[in-house]
Amino acid sequence: MKFGVIVFPGSNCDHDAYHVISKHVGQPVDFVWHRDTDLSSYDAVIIPGGFSYGDYLRAGALARFSPVMTSVKRFAESGRLVLGICNGFQILCEAGLLPGALIRNRDLHFICEHVFVRVENSNTPFTNELEQGSVLRLPIAHAEGNYVCDEDTLKMLKEEKRIIFRYCNEAGEVTDDANPNGSRDNIAGICNRGRNVLGLMPHPERACEDLLGSSDGRDIFRSLAATLAAA
Amino acid sequence: MKAKVYVNLKPGVLDPQGKAIQHSVELLGFTGIVDVRQGKYFEIALDGSLNENEARDSIARMASEVLSNPIIEDYRVEIEA
Repeated sequence: MKFGVIVFPGSNCDHDAYHVISKHVGQPVDFVWHRDTDLSSYDAVIIPGGFSYGDYLRAGALARFSPVMTSVKRFAESGRLVLGICNGFQILCEAGLLPGALIRNRDLHFICEHVFVRVENSNTPFTNELEQGSVLRLPIAHAEGNYVCDEDTLKMLKEEKRIIFRYCNEAGEVTDDANPNGSRDNIAGICNRGRNVLGLMPHPERACEDLLGSSDGRDIFRSLAATLAAA
Repeated sequence: MKAKVYVNLKPGVLDPQGKAIQHSVELLGFTGIVDVRQGKYFEIALDGSLNENEARDSIARMASEVLSNPIIEDYRVEIEA
């Protein structure tokens, strides 16, 4: 199995993702510059966090026009795995690969802290090594993480069990107090209908070593690797 | 010829920046304000190769595909001769 980490001008978590795949998942991984369009050698691609194109216009809005994104769309349509983290989630929404949008945090602050998220669905390629209902402690670092969508979309996400992570407190209770940014229904991460594209605001790649304050993110990458190994 | 594009959050989408601005101007003593919504404004210079209707169609497409995110924002296009 081989991973690709997409690099846009302004990506800044690309090395973190690369490090986790090579060191903790122990699999080959390449950086893929946003002007490259050949993803044929990869089984999964990660769209990392950062500030692609300086967040000009809207977070993720300009990255979706990079040449590599046409390939990422085809890659996703072919059923291969795409993981978008933070800015990567914003890009996937702007590109229409995931529904909804991410707007300015409710309190306007750039929030950089560890939060708790509950695993709402462990039946995805990204969460199958996790227990349903388990609570992960992961860092967030964003100013535009406030997930919005219309009623119909929310209903669809719920019915199709596509809400994968929700902000919660340490006990796993989904409350407004535990919602750091005002996201609708405490949504922290969702997937597409095919369950092969996941976007989330928290940074699992920054939570893979105890030294960094949490290693809860590792199971997401372990799930990915287990899915690919079983394929 | 010039195109002007106004992009605003749809009614009902929370605008925390607008709320913060409203709060600040009220602190400064400005009264009678019911709501502040912050948007974006684009001025696009055109070379005149499209007529007014063509320019309007072209800029409207640009506004819906790039300048705004139709999930959260509305836009309005004005063409100036």
